[in-house]
Amino acid sequence: MNEIPTPGSIGLSREDLPNSYIGRSVPRPNVPKLVQGRATYTDDVVLPRMLHAAFLRSPHAHARIVSMDAKAALRVPGVVRVFTGADLAKVCDPWVAVLAHLKGMKSAPQYPLPLDRATWQGEPLVAVVADSRAAAEDGVAALEAEFEPLPAQLDMETALAPGAVVIHPELGDNLVFQRTALQGDVDAAFAAAHKVVEATFVTARHTGVTLEPRSIIADYNRADDTLTVHHSTQAPHMMQGVFAQQLRMEEGRVRVICKDVGGSFGIKVHVYPDEVAVAAMSRILGRPVKFVADRFESFASDIHARDHRIKGRIAVDADGRILGFDIDDLTGIGPYSVYPRTSAVEGNQVVNLCGGPYDFAAYRCTTTVVLQNKVPTCQYRAVGHPIATAVTEGLVDMAAQAIGMDPVDLRRRNLVRDDAYPFTSPAGMKFEGLSHHASLDRLLEMVPVARIRADQEAQRRRGVYRGLGIAAFIELTNPSPFMYGIGGARISAQDGATVRMDPDGSVVVASGVTEQGQGTEAILAQIVAHGVGVPVGKVRVVTGDTQNTPYGGGTWACRGAGIGGEAALQSAIALKEQILSVAGTMLQAAPASLDIVMGEVVDRATGTPRISLGEIGRIVYFRGDTLPKDIAREFVQTRHFITKDYPFAFTNGIQACWVEVDTATGMVRVLEHWCVEDCGRVINPLLVDEQVRGGIVQGLGGALYEHCVYDDQGNLLTTTMADYLVPMSAEMPDIHVGHVETPTKESLLGAKGAGEAGTAGAPGALMNAINDALRPLGAVVTEMPFTPARILRALGTI
Amino acid sequence: MSARVEITLTVNGERVTRSVEARRHLIDFLRLDLGLTGSHAGCEHGVCGACTVRVDGEIVRGCLVLAAALDGAEVTTIEGLTDSGEVADLQDAFVARNAAQCGFCSPGMVMAAADILRHHPGATRAEIREHLSGNYCRCTGYQSIVDAVEGTLKAREGTR
Amino acid sequence: MKWPAIGYVRADSLDDLWRIQAEHGAAAQVLAGGQTLLATLAFRLSDPKLLVDITRIAALRGVELQGGVLRIGALTRHAELARDGLVAAHAPLLAEAAPLIAHPAIRNRGTIGGSLAYADPAAELPACVVALGATIVTASAAGGRRIPAAAFFTGLLETALEPGEIIAAVEVPVATQATRSAIREVARRSGDYAMAGLAASLEMDGARVGAARLVFFGVGAGPVLAARAGAALQGRVLDGAAVAAAQASLAQDLDPPADMHGPPEMKRHLARVLVQRVLAGFQPETEAAA
Repeated sequence: MNEIPTPGSIGLSREDLPNSYIGRSVPRPNVPKLVQGRATYTDDVVLPRMLHAAFLRSPHAHARIVSMDAKAALRVPGVVRVFTGADLAKVCDPWVAVLAHLKGMKSAPQYPLPLDRATWQGEPLVAVVADSRAAAEDGVAALEAEFEPLPAQLDMETALAPGAVVIHPELGDNLVFQRTALQGDVDAAFAAAHKVVEATFVTARHTGVTLEPRSIIADYNRADDTLTVHHSTQAPHMMQGVFAQQLRMEEGRVRVICKDVGGSFGIKVHVYPDEVAVAAMSRILGRPVKFVADRFESFASDIHARDHRIKGRIAVDADGRILGFDIDDLTGIGPYSVYPRTSAVEGNQVVNLCGGPYDFAAYRCTTTVVLQNKVPTCQYRAVGHPIATAVTEGLVDMAAQAIGMDPVDLRRRNLVRDDAYPFTSPAGMKFEGLSHHASLDRLLEMVPVARIRADQEAQRRRGVYRGLGIAAFIELTNPSPFMYGIGGARISAQDGATVRMDPDGSVVVASGVTEQGQGTEAILAQIVAHGVGVPVGKVRVVTGDTQNTPYGGGTWACRGAGIGGEAALQSAIALKEQILSVAGTMLQAAPASLDIVMGEVVDRATGTPRISLGEIGRIVYFRGDTLPKDIAREFVQTRHFITKDYPFAFTNGIQACWVEVDTATGMVRVLEHWCVEDCGRVINPLLVDEQVRGGIVQGLGGALYEHCVYDDQGNLLTTTMADYLVPMSAEMPDIHVGHVETPTKESLLGAKGAGEAGTAGAPGALMNAINDALRPLGAVVTEMPFTPARILRALGTI
Repeated sequence: MSARVEITLTVNGERVTRSVEARRHLIDFLRLDLGLTGSHAGCEHGVCGACTVRVDGEIVRGCLVLAAALDGAEVTTIEGLTDSGEVADLQDAFVARNAAQCGFCSPGMVMAAADILRHHPGATRAEIREHLSGNYCRCTGYQSIVDAVEGTLKAREGTR
Repeated sequence: MKWPAIGYVRADSLDDLWRIQAEHGAAAQVLAGGQTLLATLAFRLSDPKLLVDITRIAALRGVELQGGVLRIGALTRHAELARDGLVAAHAPLLAEAAPLIAHPAIRNRGTIGGSLAYADPAAELPACVVALGATIVTASAAGGRRIPAAAFFTGLLETALEPGEIIAAVEVPVATQATRSAIREVARRSGDYAMAGLAASLEMDGARVGAARLVFFGVGAGPVLAARAGAALQGRVLDGAAVAAAQASLAQDLDPPADMHGPPEMKRHLARVLVQRVLAGFQPETEAAA
């Protein structure tokens, strides 16, 4: 296993010591600046001689660029330069987003601005750079572009059919990737089943709608051949490599700085052509260029996600044992796979995750990933999980109904036993330790099921339809190199932390993981305070700067706590050992007889204070002459961490949703929602609970409102926040969160990650709740979002 | 008529005079001309609430107000509201309750919440949710924000 | 998106406004609360050359009781409608409608004149003024006009306003003891434009309906007065049969378009539901429960 000290062996302070911060609801030190308007987002950064970019975006889903006349645009006051695809191709190479381990995957080269053809409405085609964003937009409006519209391939169902428009002829067809997972004898299982239930589910095309739009300032300095990029991103080191590689620079000459980030959710971990174009333009101009997407650009160019049609079947025996799942997933990803994670991963996750909470024998799941002329899709919060959970849990509820069994009983009968681990799922996922039954038990303590069922009955007699839905889920976190690195992507699965003590006894931790509001910096401070033995207020955190933090993957897939947190803990423990070693010399005591508590070196046995860290710092940094010559003076330690035993950590949980459906209007009101989740070690309960709540609301919003709607010409209709409906405060419920803790044994810390559990389970729980409400009326909905029109149609009203 | 307009107004208690482009909205005026970056442009079409500031004592969408029209007006932003101490307890409650994650909505959210403290001291939970329903937050799920406002209302009620 | 290049000028009086209009003609666009106009600028959907700020023209302000009518100045903000004592007493439908419009920060700027002049088919106030039988009082360099609300809305985002003419005020007949009014809407989220809405004003004659004006929004090119449904209620006690008669008449009153929320038949259905719900609110409790 890991060759790292255990808490006991290194004398990690007792859980009840004052500076034991693991598991404590410490307020986030970042919040005061946020609520006082003193944060620094990328758009707040102003550089000398900075220019602003705006883009002409394709008005067509698919079109040849016939001509482009920039003369009028260049006459617009303030406009400095106009760049076409050909201009940028001189300094910037295209990229192809495939992963070698996703067998057979293909995609086409993508340039920052296309050379001759637009492949989705909203694709950036021409850039105008001016002395203000307003002037740049004026310049865009003055561009005279001529297009030859081409037939567009929009419907994923016909993308592989004869007669389909092949979006990239050199690829031969529109198939990006296909994979089938097969376990057991599926046909035999279904043939022998007591009941087989099938349904088709549709998950709507979503987008992230980060409140801070994508933002970037690229500043190429010709004098020293460096590119400094201020970027609202989740993965500064990855972007450093991308900019260097595409712009043919040495990686060391590129620095990515990422201060406060106004939300990400996966949206800001991808390579966007307009952002690479900004870097390329700065490289050419030798001046800083800023680009902040406006909201229309966000809707038409931020990645979309979750555009799936899933046909599913479940087989059960007469006792309610699940015999098998048989699932066919189809997804359209736009005209390019998105670099560098690729757009095949979401479908691949559906294959990995369907049926995930259950112990059953026969599994077949195929995902088919196809091209289409819409906004590219890629990984967005809880990648694939809400889809797999809704399909699995929708089918489980339908099976329960088909055999007349309570849905809770059916789940209890089939959830993987809590003592069955390690366990390999039919989809091939290896689980180190999950807690489905304990989580279900905890949920049933929280949800007053008997009272709810009684109320449901009483309300039905009054013509009011309420329903309770449940959804169990698993969540994949802490990916090892088996997720991306093995496929050739320069995406780091390891992460590092450097912890140092300064002369006043304060501690600084620099980490490769990043903060987008989850509280990464808060938990790093807690972990380091805990590990070193100082008050949490004595710890400063540095993230988001490739020049000043250890190399790491950044924050995604819930790896901030599990990977970044563990690296911080190990380096904090190492620093503590180093401090105690020096203190031992000063005090002429054995280091093992000492401990550090709240910034004081104390006698371990008695707790008696011996010397403060500030005093040690003073002596080491300013009066080093008083110490033995050969003493190690480095109050700085760096550790990197990577998971080694499992390709992924898995978390689990279960949600319940209680809704009322107005059957006259088709409106759904979420009355209450519950979630029990097991993210392993909880570092800060306050932050974990709010991650879960925020994730749930993102899931509920997706299932109720959110939808990127296209017309039959490939025009995106939902380009404003009045059309793409996000969840707002008035409609969202109060949410109850409970925990079961099954720490991973791969790390000292035991944290697995908590950011996506809410989003993973909420849509499925909501769908089951609506269908529970509608059951007496014989209506079923399986197509998201669950709009009034769809519910009224299911009811036969319209 | 002019593409530029000279205005004199009070921003956070300070008198400022600027010549502004007629097309400049209040948020760009605050951010670009005055360096008050606490207010954010989230959608620039009046839906998200990130740009909420006070004009003449009442909250408005800063992206739907013409700076040129504000000659003689009194504008308060999150920076001024903070400095005045008017909502220090509310901001403390946001911190204690972790009612901010990425924080991009937070200045607008605090401005809108301050409006509740002023005009609706007896607001119920549902009324708080309703009053904040024009301020988008992608991160929190809103409950912690509602808790922070409700807690502040109750604490103020108790001290009156 | 940033607003396109534009000019700005403030009119401090109506005469000022006429002078500016004379100078700039059609290039001049009147700006009141700006909550719709400025949003359309952000889409670069409209491209006026000059915005004429009328918000400081005193003649367009104020709420006054003038005999049997309540005169509401065009610059009256939605937030003022919601809290004004005269509005609450004499035009309670408007007070009830105001909180349904968008969100507090919008209501602090948006004006009744602006809402009526923009004439969004899903907006609440156009339907309310038609339901109330209000008169739109206009002003222009050539003199003012008095236009019945029902004749004011002429098509999708179109009104009877002539170029250069502005709304000065709305005159609403005051509510009496016999007046019953209500507004309800079905909107996806609080503050959203409605998928369908109904503003209703009934004059009761004892227990019977004297006259009923049911005006829908979000189901047509503008506010839609359901004349047949109103007629179906006339002279009847507000019982289930009356409701059913009104609902049945809607088929002829409404011809809704499809939109992103759903097909025409959904809007027709929601209109029927709204009739039932609004009228149920007017019924004695025993009837409503039945």
